[in-house]
Amino acid sequence: MVEFYGQACTSRFMLGTSLYPSPAIMKQAIEASRADILTVSLRRESGQERAGQDFWHIIRSMGKKILPNTAGCHSAKEAITTAHMAREVFGTKWIKLEVIGEADTLQPDVFGLVEAARELNKEGFEVFPYTTDDLVVAERLLEAGCEVLMPWGAPIGSGKGLNNQFALKALRAHFPDIPLVVDAGIGKPSHAMEAMELGYDAILLNTAVAKAGNPVLMAKAFGIAIEAGRLAYEATPMEGRDMAAPSTPVLGMAFS
Amino acid sequence: MTLTINGKVLETLALNLEMLLEELGYEDALVATALNGDFISHELRDMTSLQPGDKVEILAPMKGG
Repeated sequence: MVEFYGQACTSRFMLGTSLYPSPAIMKQAIEASRADILTVSLRRESGQERAGQDFWHIIRSMGKKILPNTAGCHSAKEAITTAHMAREVFGTKWIKLEVIGEADTLQPDVFGLVEAARELNKEGFEVFPYTTDDLVVAERLLEAGCEVLMPWGAPIGSGKGLNNQFALKALRAHFPDIPLVVDAGIGKPSHAMEAMELGYDAILLNTAVAKAGNPVLMAKAFGIAIEAGRLAYEATPMEGRDMAAPSTPVLGMAFS
Repeated sequence: MTLTINGKVLETLALNLEMLLEELGYEDALVATALNGDFISHELRDMTSLQPGDKVEILAPMKGG
């Protein structure tokens, strides 16, 4: 069973709650995914609106672990303030820390990320940093007190899969005991399975489920793929070969 | 006085953050607040005075990835 900051989770699938065709489909997709952790956010809402309150009522009723994000923050200061606001509203020390550095790729500002992570860890938060696959940045985040790393597979919402398997493998090899989560860029269950076969501990995604033709079915497909990928990693896949090797015994063949 | 609330310029009679939330209809809503970029906890809202030109953020739970 995977643990994050000492909390055991029943699933290695972390699912976002945005972009679904309707709240009902979101709820069905969450149930089909069997995800144990859901990501949420904070946004402006007028006193007359109640969409956010209604949304939270649905999510809270599902009994899942909540991982609020700081999505959309472009500085350490904004992210720190948002994290404090999220802790009060959602009642959790967990924070998915995003500090965005570039608008087109939504690439993390890793300098602001490390700065914000250091401050939030000091203040008792349990930080899940959304980062790149850069090994040195990962080391800085761990030095800043993070106990989980969440490198991207590809830009948020791109569905491109694992852009740099070499770097992701290097992170896994370098930090064998740190929970690693691929966050962002996953488009298909096969992408998620690839990451799990590399030994990643969990997958965080949203768009690939919410924007599928059938989000509920896709949520189920991802759940199966993530579990299958983990089992394959634990089972140790065979080594590849350049040449064929017969699987049926050649000894005792007729006509030989 | 004039404040900027969630990015919009508004006139208010409220003297502190708690009164502002009541005036704007948030009484029973689950929201978090920030004043001029700094988080203001629920407990401190009635002690947090407002000044003309202050920037207030009032955020509610929302879907997220």
